[in-house]
Amino acid sequence: MERPLVVKFKRPDSIRDYPCGAFRVGTLVQENSGWRVFRPVIDTGKCIKCLRCFLVCPDGVIDKSGEDLEIDYRFCKGCGVCAYECKVGAIVMMREGDDGNAR
Amino acid sequence: MGMPGRKVFISGDEAVAEAVRLARPNVISAYPITPQTVTVERISEFVEDGSLKAEYLHVESEHSAMSAALGAAAVGARTFTATSSQGLLYMAETLPYVSGARFPIVMMNANRTLATPWALLSDHRDSLSQLDSGWIQVYCENAQEAMDMIIQAYRIAEDPRVMTPFMVNLDGFILTHTYEMVDLPAQENVDRFLPPYRTANRMDLDDPKTVCYAALDDYMEFHLKQELDMRKVPGVIEEVELEFKGIFGRSYGGLVEKYCCEDAEAVLMTLGSVTGTARAVVDAMRMEGKMVGLAKIRFMRPFPAAEIAGIAGNTKAMGILDRDLSVGYEGIVFTNARSAVCEIESPPRMINFIGGLGGRNISKEDMRQIFDQLMQAARGEQGERVRFVNARCE
Amino acid sequence: MDEKMVTNAGDLTNTEFFYGHRACAGCGGSLALRLAMKVLGPRIFVAIPANCMSATSFLYPQVSFSVNAMISPFPATGAVLSGIEAGARALGIRDHHVVGFAGDGGTADIGIQALSGAIDRGDRIIYVCYDNEAYMNTGIQKSGLTPYGSRTTTTPAGKNIPGAVGRKKDMFGIVAAHGIKYAATASIGYPEDYLRKISKAAMCKTTSYIHVLAPCSTGWGFPAEETVDIGREAVDCGLWYLAEYEKGDFILNRKPKEFSSISEYLKRQARFRHLGEKEIEEITVGRDEKWKKIMKNWRV
Ligand SMILES: Cc1ncc(C[n+]2csc(CCOP(=O)(O)OP(=O)(O)O)c2C)c(N)n1
Ligand code: SF4
Ligand code: SF4
Ligand code: SF4
Repeated sequence: MERPLVVKFKRPDSIRDYPCGAFRVGTLVQENSGWRVFRPVIDTGKCIKCLRCFLVCPDGVIDKSGEDLEIDYRFCKGCGVCAYECKVGAIVMMREGDDGNAR
Repeated sequence: MGMPGRKVFISGDEAVAEAVRLARPNVISAYPITPQTVTVERISEFVEDGSLKAEYLHVESEHSAMSAALGAAAVGARTFTATSSQGLLYMAETLPYVSGARFPIVMMNANRTLATPWALLSDHRDSLSQLDSGWIQVYCENAQEAMDMIIQAYRIAEDPRVMTPFMVNLDGFILTHTYEMVDLPAQENVDRFLPPYRTANRMDLDDPKTVCYAALDDYMEFHLKQELDMRKVPGVIEEVELEFKGIFGRSYGGLVEKYCCEDAEAVLMTLGSVTGTARAVVDAMRMEGKMVGLAKIRFMRPFPAAEIAGIAGNTKAMGILDRDLSVGYEGIVFTNARSAVCEIESPPRMINFIGGLGGRNISKEDMRQIFDQLMQAARGEQGERVRFVNARCE
Repeated sequence: MDEKMVTNAGDLTNTEFFYGHRACAGCGGSLALRLAMKVLGPRIFVAIPANCMSATSFLYPQVSFSVNAMISPFPATGAVLSGIEAGARALGIRDHHVVGFAGDGGTADIGIQALSGAIDRGDRIIYVCYDNEAYMNTGIQKSGLTPYGSRTTTTPAGKNIPGAVGRKKDMFGIVAAHGIKYAATASIGYPEDYLRKISKAAMCKTTSYIHVLAPCSTGWGFPAEETVDIGREAVDCGLWYLAEYEKGDFILNRKPKEFSSISEYLKRQARFRHLGEKEIEEITVGRDEKWKKIMKNWRV
């Protein structure tokens, strides 16, 4: 999966160590997974790789680089747009922590 | 000393434009307002004739003038803008924006009063309303100083220890539109004094960055970093002024220029062009044996608290001439100065003279009366804390 | 820069440039930003004024971009973009795009002056207005692009007033009237069309403008999973349209054979649920008038 890393952030010890203006981009310090009530799960057997879910995910967490599509659950918010848009019903929304219970 | 300059007879606005050309900014964005217009017209001509290789952005407002300068600074460009009065207040939102982002934008402000009532002439209500915006503020006495300060402004603002925007103030009409003999520095000397701007504080395609971001939990640290760096500015001003003197042969006395203060029983503090009148009156009164002195506050930010306290500790009466009034209290410069003077053990009597609002003239006669009142205070006479020059408030 | 048209998901890079933001789940605006950045690629300078997108993505130390990005003053997106481009030009920076993402309020209200100035100057910038039809970041207040009948926190619907009573400003027409070289409307409900328009904007040598409808589940009141579908239905029922303005011509990109039901579209959203027959009729009349003009004056 090619998705940005989450790094440990250490707050500067001194004001002097704070950036004077420009600050680096490209690394994240916090995940969004805690937002999720439902978790999208792709049934790779059903999936026809139309990439619709990859296209419409507002958070960009569906990765298309591998053999099968992969969801970056660190940042998926469980909005369900992917499942709603999948024409073949290959994505089911499962309640978090409650295996197998599709919504 | 380097190459000699060239003597030219120009106005304050033109002196600023010449200085901008010498400083080689990459981007200029400005919106017209009297009495700044001549500056931006001249700069436009320089861009047109190719003598200044810069992008000139015709923006639709002062807010956009500063915002466009902000965008240009965000990719590492040296920028210039100019405004006055209503225009300065119209762009006010962007001033702390720029200083917080640590972009060394240089701006000329042609001091003019604020409406309403409408008036065209000069006082300091516009720029003093923006003291808290995180900008360095200098006030010039003549066209030569305005020219020299634009050039120095870039050096000071862009210093990696400083990285703070810089507002060069000159009194509308009195300076902007009055012609003076000015020594125009040679380009090669300016190039030696002011190398091209290089900074890490920019967005960069090879090493992407964010600027002007949000910092919720760390807001105070970012803001206090600005404060820490602002405190370094007096030292940098001193260094830069010394170097400037070495190359161009002129210097202006740092944060506060003192005139006959050493043995003075009464000292008046002024800002900007009215200092010339005050200096002439000091000369005349000294001839009469009256122990008066003068201090020109050049920088309002960083505020020269130590210098002012030093002068106060050495005199019996101190006057602050404010060309502004914070309605409901007193002059803004006075409030600042008095808080500096509080620090010393036996402060002098302090009087706030408020005058010149909306450009009302402060004559030599007015000035003499100010000094007379100060001498009376030095002798222990009581009176009002706030006094109005050439006007009544009753 | 080597520009090629991006028209579908297959053409899109797998790399994300806008990631880990804190926008609501299913936020249409964030999809509009994400897709545009994927088309434009890594060599971009992004400016976003105060709005939902900047408020959720520049939170030091969590910066949700892997490209150059900044928050612009709320009223000044157009000016900041011009400044960036002028600075880049002056410094000899090449092969890049300068793109801004402003909300409907940041575009049609407080930012309209700066946008107008930018189009007038014609610098090579791409201005994207993501339209969620209200001031969302401050809590769903009415903007100049809030449609008739919409309940917002400053246009409460009651016995006397049916929510917002203004007509959504015609930003597309306003922008076109500047004589801009390229402008387009889009909807995240038709993402491929949107990708194509961003690609075209990227090829433009002067200012371009894309107005993309970006449904907001929080402000409009519908389940988050329906964001894209609502964006599609807005087009299908004729209350929004997909069009371009190019070389002086208006071109309609999608002509529904038959409009889907306006009342269905409205009933799906809490902001419209209070509307009665009379108001729905008024909205329908408004749509039909607009489409009469479109069919008469635009290339279809
Ligand atoms: C000068 C100024 N006025 C008001 C605000 C407050 N403000 C911040 S975001 C915002 C709403 C933005 O609305 P819009 O542009 O429609 O984008 P959205 O939040 O809906 O995505 C407002 C009013 C501000 N930041 N600056
Ligand atoms: S939308 Fe459905 S079928 Fe298409 S790629 Fe995603 S999971 Fe597979
Ligand atoms: S649930 Fe939402 S965030 Fe998660 S993968 Fe699906 S569309 Fe993306
Ligand atoms: S309020 Fe609406 S526009 Fe704002 S982040 Fe949430 S869904 Fe997006």
